[in-house]
Amino acid sequence: MTGPALLSVEGVSVNLPTPRGNLRAVDRVDLSVGAGRTLGIVGESGCGKTMLSRAILQLLPKKAMLSGRVMFDGQDLVRLDRERLRKLRGRSLAVVFQDPMTSLNPVLTIGTQLIETLQEHLELDGQAAKLRSIELLTAVGIPAPEQRLMQYPHQLSGGMRQRVAIAIALSCEPKLLIADEPTTALDVTIQAQILDLLAREQRRRHMAMIIITHDLGVVAGRTDEVAVMYAGRVVERAPTHDLFKRMRMPYTEALLAAIPKIDAKPHTPLPAISGRPPDPTRPLKGCSFSPRCRYAWAQCQIEKPRLEDADSPGHQYACFRPLNTVAGVPA
Amino acid sequence: MLGFVARRLLYLVPVLLAVSLLTFLIASLLPGDLAYTILGDQATPEKVAALRRDMGLDQPIWWRYLSWLGNVVQGDFGRSFRTGQTVLQAVAERLPVSLELMLLAQIGALTIGIPLAIACAVRSGSAFDRFMTGTAFSMLSVPAFLSAILLIYLFAVELRWLPATGYIPFHEDPVGNLRCFLLPALTLALGEWPVLMRVLRSDMIATLQEDYIAMARAKGLKPSRILLVHALKPSSLTLVTVTGINIGRLIGGTVIVESIFALPGIGRLLLNAIFTRDLIILQGVVLIVALGYVMINFIVDLLYAVLDPRIRHGHA
Repeated sequence: MTGPALLSVEGVSVNLPTPRGNLRAVDRVDLSVGAGRTLGIVGESGCGKTMLSRAILQLLPKKAMLSGRVMFDGQDLVRLDRERLRKLRGRSLAVVFQDPMTSLNPVLTIGTQLIETLQEHLELDGQAAKLRSIELLTAVGIPAPEQRLMQYPHQLSGGMRQRVAIAIALSCEPKLLIADEPTTALDVTIQAQILDLLAREQRRRHMAMIIITHDLGVVAGRTDEVAVMYAGRVVERAPTHDLFKRMRMPYTEALLAAIPKIDAKPHTPLPAISGRPPDPTRPLKGCSFSPRCRYAWAQCQIEKPRLEDADSPGHQYACFRPLNTVAGVPA
Repeated sequence: MLGFVARRLLYLVPVLLAVSLLTFLIASLLPGDLAYTILGDQATPEKVAALRRDMGLDQPIWWRYLSWLGNVVQGDFGRSFRTGQTVLQAVAERLPVSLELMLLAQIGALTIGIPLAIACAVRSGSAFDRFMTGTAFSMLSVPAFLSAILLIYLFAVELRWLPATGYIPFHEDPVGNLRCFLLPALTLALGEWPVLMRVLRSDMIATLQEDYIAMARAKGLKPSRILLVHALKPSSLTLVTVTGINIGRLIGGTVIVESIFALPGIGRLLLNAIFTRDLIILQGVVLIVALGYVMINFIVDLLYAVLDPRIRHGHA
């Protein structure tokens, strides 16, 4: 990582009290993103990636307990007072949520939802805010933007709604955009369009971006760095090209293998990682992935591997039996 | 939108027919013969028979219903055999009193209920929320005649701020008119705000969990805007329904409150009609009140469409 980080997440843990006991959703995560850079956070459902994004935004459920530091632009968001935090959100720190069907208010017009953000942070008057909204909608590829301002979310398709959500996120030229599974709820045909739109706007505006996804394919060509999460922890972290060339963590390998291949013969079973992630209210003593790992040996069940540096710069992994090394042979 | 209104209006026709039939049956099935009531117990059987013939009471009941309905459709609800006043005159005279009472009571209930509901929803589960929910529950179980008497004792007898009973028409003395309505309206409002508060509170708690509220917070909007613009509107459908039902109910006046505070509203008109067996007035007034009730509910349906664009566009 070059230059000082715009966002650095330092030892962040999120604990949620549940009827079945304490749930550790995020476990001592360290991450950072430099200005203008792109970080992908990858992991399967329930690995804590969405909780981590909510922890960065300080939008956790009321009961959640957050510890650690979230340094953004020189300030710790965890300890920032509400009013200063409010002025950052939407202005310097924006988010695109997973499901555009639920993230836009059904009773307010597209125009209202765009313009209110502009007026809140940029103090534009009504006419200027309206013109800027039309510009933004045009930028995200929405046809007939002037008419859209008067429409309600239900009058737009899912892809269009996500474009509107992106326009809202981009509206105040944020320094960091967090896209939390921005294409999961959309048709496959729309997914690439939305991802390309995000990548294009990110480059154009020199903003930093965090893409959260369960699909390694999504981050492959679009990020500078990737962090793989499992059971609330970062288990491997590397510059994107390095990760795909020299992956060390068996879980990353398993995730990659789980992407359906377009050239697979018909009727080949879909690859899947067998087993399920551990119950987050009953953390394992050893490596959380060990019960599902085909490389695991005795040590993996007793001791939790720490995130350690690999040979190549910026590459870290948490594994006792890393791939492509002497220790990394199937048990 | 126009098609929506027309469709809703069409639904009203069978409802109104059923209402008129029930109204007529209730009045007709009351024990006692109207002709005897009018003529008194000294009347000869011949005179009674003649009057019954004049009033059409010797006709079969379905015939009487149809001829009454025929008159009603033409705007003739009949007239009181005691005062000679037509039903419409009697209602027109009393309705403003009941409407003013209803309006002030609703304003009172909403002014107490909405801010408390929002405050509770924001801090749901807190000590404040639990205290207010408990208070609402206990207020709900206080009957109107009791709160009326307590209010009279406090504000009229002890503090002497407001009159205990009586009615001054608005055109004679607007301030005096408002002063006589304050206590009865407050009595009704005290019985209603707990319901309004509880429905809005629970809808609001559900709305605050929605993604679009998280999004509104992520946009850095002011908390007041999030609550009043993003959360209140989508949470208010049940509130509008309950308020509509309350308004519909109060259009017919309130027998108890109008009697305690001696307000000459529809409630007292009905009560007098029952005491004096003035069946024409009784069935006429009940029908008009029912009409009002149905119309209010129709307006509430239209309000849903105003509040939620998805209903307006036929998506929900």
